[in-house]
This record gives sequence, C-alpha cells and structure tokens, in this order.
Amino acid sequence: MHSSSISIWFFIGVLLTVYGALIMGYGLSELVTGHTANVILANLHVPIWWGGSLLALGLFYGVRFRPRRNNS
Amino acid sequence: MNFSGLIVSPNLLALGVPSLAHLSPLDIAVVAIYFVMVIWIGFYLKSKANTSEEFFMAGREMTAWIAGLSFVSANLGALELMGWAGSAYQYGILAAHWYWVGAIPAMLFLGMVMMPFYYVCKTHSVPGYLKLRYGQGASTVAAFSFAFMTVLMSGVNMFAMAEVMKVVLGWDMNFSIIVSSLAVAAYVALGGLRSAIFNEVLQFVLIWGGALLVPILGLVETGGWGGFKARLAQNIAKGVVPGGDYTHMWRSMGHFADNPMGIHWTGIVFGLGFAISFGYWTTDFLVVQRVLAANSLRSARMAPVIGSFFKMAVPFIVILPGLLGLVVLQNADGSLMHLVGENIVKANPGAGLHSYNEVLPLMLVRYCSPGLLGLGITALIAGFMSGMAGNVSAFSAVWTYDIYQPLINKKAKDEHYVAVGRWATILGVVISIFAAYTVMHAQGIMDYVQALFSFFIAPLLGVVLMGMFWKRATKAGGFWGLLIGTLTSIGLWAWVKADPTALKYVALSPDAKDMAENMYRALWSVSTSILVTFAVSLFTKPRPLSELAGVVYGATMLPVEEPVPFYKNEWFWTVIAIVLFLALNIYFW
Repeated sequence: MHSSSISIWFFIGVLLTVYGALIMGYGLSELVTGHTANVILANLHVPIWWGGSLLALGLFYGVRFRPRRNNS
Repeated sequence: MNFSGLIVSPNLLALGVPSLAHLSPLDIAVVAIYFVMVIWIGFYLKSKANTSEEFFMAGREMTAWIAGLSFVSANLGALELMGWAGSAYQYGILAAHWYWVGAIPAMLFLGMVMMPFYYVCKTHSVPGYLKLRYGQGASTVAAFSFAFMTVLMSGVNMFAMAEVMKVVLGWDMNFSIIVSSLAVAAYVALGGLRSAIFNEVLQFVLIWGGALLVPILGLVETGGWGGFKARLAQNIAKGVVPGGDYTHMWRSMGHFADNPMGIHWTGIVFGLGFAISFGYWTTDFLVVQRVLAANSLRSARMAPVIGSFFKMAVPFIVILPGLLGLVVLQNADGSLMHLVGENIVKANPGAGLHSYNEVLPLMLVRYCSPGLLGLGITALIAGFMSGMAGNVSAFSAVWTYDIYQPLINKKAKDEHYVAVGRWATILGVVISIFAAYTVMHAQGIMDYVQALFSFFIAPLLGVVLMGMFWKRATKAGGFWGLLIGTLTSIGLWAWVKADPTALKYVALSPDAKDMAENMYRALWSVSTSILVTFAVSLFTKPRPLSELAGVVYGATMLPVEEPVPFYKNEWFWTVIAIVLFLALNIYFW
C-alpha cells in the first residue's frame, strides 16, 4: 500500500499465521492422540494440511509485508 | 446487500430449530481473534483518517488489488452466500447467473467505460456526480434515498446476522446485535473508509479460507464433478430429488415454464444482465466508493477487472456447496436429507426440518472439525460485519458531502466535516440498530425494505448513463427521469402486490414467477427513466459544453495513461475476463 504504513497484507499475514498455527496444532493433536472429530472425511486429516497451508501463506505475507522502520 | 431482491428471505433461517453447530473453545478463540484484529486495525488506522479526503476516500491511495478485492467483497455478504447456496440447492446452477451475467459485464463496463468520468471529475460520491452533471435537485433526491435505504439495509443485515447466529450457534440475538454493531462503529468511526476497506479485504481472505474447504471436500466425497452428476442423476431417478436440470444454465431458458425459477432468457439478459446488474455495479455508491478510493485512474479501471475474476470464482464456494448438498447431506439415520422452504420449517416446529438457506452451515458442520468450523463461522460473521461497515461508511460519506455540506453547513473547516463523518458513522449504526429491532418485531417489513432499495437503483442507472454519454441531457431531464423512473418502479411493484395476476403483464407471461418480476420491473424502470430524460431534455435548454468538461463523454479530455507492458494493461485483462466469462457460460450451457 503506502510505504510508511503497515500494509493490509501484513494484518492478513498475522491473522492467517495465528489461525494456521491453531488449526494445524489441533490437527497434530488429533493425529497424536488418535481422537478425531466426528466429521466426514476425518481420515484425510484436513486440519493438518489446511492449517499448514494457512500457516505457510500467513508467514509469507507476514514476512514479505512486515513493517519496516526506514522505508518512507 | 441483496442487490437482486432475490431469495434472501426475511427470515433467512427460521426460528425454533435447535442450533446446528456447537462451537468448541478453539472455535470460539478463532472468532475472538477476528474481533481483536478488527479493532486493532481500527485503532491503528485512526491516525490515518485526519482529513476528509483520508476519512471518506481513504486518501485515494488504494492499489488496484486492494480496491478490486474491496469492491467485490462489499457485495459478498454472508446473506448472499447463504441465500445463493440455498438457491443452488433449490434451483440448481441457474443461481450462478447472478454471479456471471448478473455481474461480470457490468463490472467490466464500469472499469473500462464509466470509471474515467467518475475518477476524472473527482467526485466523492454518485450523488456528487449527479450534482456536477444535473445540479443540486437530482443529487439531493439520490442522496436522501440512498442515505435512507443504506442505514435501513444495514439494520436488516444486522437483524439477519443475529438470527443466523441464533439458529446456527444458539447465540442470543441482543448479544449478536450489540457486539457486532459496537465493533463496526468502532472500526469505521476510527479509521473511516480505509478501515472499512481493510476489513473487507480481510473478510475476503477469511471467506475463501473458511469456505473453500467445503466444495473441495464435497467433490472428494462425491468423486469429482462427474461423480456428483452421476449421484444426482441416480437420486433423481429414484425420486428422492425433484426432477430438473440442475447443471445447465441456459438450455432451460427458452420459456418461463421450462425452469423452476419461472424466468425467460430475455429477463436474465436484459433485466438481470443490464438493468439490475448495471444499476447496482455502476451506480450504487456502496460499491463505487471502493473504486473511487484507488490511487490512479489506471488502478481505478483495473480494480473492477480484478474484482470480476474473483466474482466469477465465487460460485465455486457458494453454488457448488449448494449443489453438493443435494447428494451428500444426510439425516442421522443415513437417509438423504431434504431441505425445505422457510414456510414449511415454520409450520412444523420441532420436526427437525432445515430450510434451503441452511445448506451452507450444514455443509460446514459436515466437514469442519474444531478450528475449521470456527474459521467458517468467522467468515460468515466477517461477511455480515463488512456488509454493515460498507453501508455505514457509504452513508457517512453521502450524509456529509451530499446532504450536510450543500444543505446545512457549506463553509466549515475540513476537520469539521471529518467530525461530522465520524458522528454520522455512529448515527448510522444507531439507526441500523433501531431498524434491526423494528424488523425483529415486524418481520414483514423486510420484504418492503428490499423492494424499496430496488426502486431507486434502476432509474438512477438510466439517468447516469444519459448524463454521462449524451451531452444534450439537461438538468430538468435528469430530475424528471429519476423521479418518473422511480415512480414507475414503485407503481409496477404496487400493482403486482395488489393484484398478483398482474405479474403476467409486468413479466410478459402468465408462467412468470416472482423472480422474473424483479428483472422486468427494473427493465421497464430504466427504460422509462431513459425515455423521460431524453424527452424532457429535448424541450429544455442544455448546459453549455464548457460546463460539462470532466463529466460527459465528448466534452472530457481523458488523461493519457503511460504505456505499460501488456500484462499490466487493463484492456488485456478485460479481454481475458470476457473470454473466461463466455467460456464458463458455454461450458455450463
């Protein structure tokens, strides 16, 4: 957006990173404990790969558009 | 906002049914984090909303991508998503007309043809454009009708959200209304349009992140598009799904009686594709405001083009889940679930029935484990809130620039108008809350509110088009065109309301159904406004050409844009969008 302010993409990166970490963390805990949620296609372990994708996307945007001090 | 006046019924989801989903602590954390983020953005952007240009126009600093995503997101409310998913379950892929022919041509027309005039004349709003072109009279009529309808629609949106949250999650309606309105008031009053736009982009990402899983997993479960069609054909053959063509868009449009919507292709092409769609996407300030905030003319032209690609993709997360619901949704005993109309759900409380509009939440619950369900619910909440925010930010701008400044206080300082804008935002939210409770106690009003909105959109299109592309159009022509076009729309609506058999005259066939009425009413209304503007202009004195610079085709020197590589050129992407649009319609013909 403009150089001296925080970009919207940074906010989106932060949000996706937090969501991705939470959802993937839940998916991993399902895998470890063997207790899966009562949903269809639970065998695909969707929270792991979907959460992982959100996390990767969030980290990319969070880092790529992180606020910088001397860029105005 | 439900621009087509369609399906989103007053009671999107009926009351009296046990809640569909139960949120885990992880889901609640996901929802809570969203609210924290929204408020954070509002407080952060407060320091960037000090001048009126910053507060109302986001400083005109938005890139084409931000403006484009915000432009399409302002229309992507949760009511739209849930209503159209329900329509897809009921009518099949015909519902995608509202996303393709009912949006794409108009969006491209706005970007390529109309945007230069809006942008070059530096107007702050669509009523502001009318003032430049036709004078204060037409502008004031448009400003008052828009301001009134905008806050009313915001209230309707708020009520609908509270009702959805009650049915889907079992939340108290007062709680939903208060929390959502406080959050919206905070972030829009603090950060102005920039904050609203940021949150719309955020919402857009959330909707895709939260809803995209449903069609993906649905297709995995059914074995792809081919597998889905095979299972659907089996269900129809067994008689467990009503017969009909659920997967083609045009081949049943030859006659009103050939399709379940009761629509003819002329209504779709000219009524929806021209009158309603062009009226909404090119003259409704709620969406046009997002594009006016672009940082250059090229960005302003590219924004609707970028938006058009995402708009074409939306049926994947809306229409497809509705279709998939026809074959995958099951009752607890394993039998195929049958969704029904709101009236049947209401007539059988406690029977465990679900309405068409619940298909999207039902699909979310079917596939989404803790965390993912919270993400899906957050996407819906974000959709509702950005819908409200879009309405109140547009209300604030029109109130300040087109009502307060010209009619009440012409010569105040800039900071005064910013303060008025902030207070107008809060006032807009307060009126919305009032409207929400009014609708809650008299739900029949909601039908009228949606009809009211449609009264103004189509005639406004006629007047704006005549003003933009015909130098001879006069002040009196614009005023009378707007007024008589609006009265035509109201008159036709009242005629059908008083005598439902009149539909056969308005929609040109005894087989026409309600949805066809909206399309033909809009078509007659825009035609009337164009004809009246034309006729009155012929008998009244036009303004000198020198006064029309910047607002009329033929009297405006458009700035020459610097050459860019073809892949950055808006015409290149417009052609790609047109090809894709045609290909989709041919594939699903």
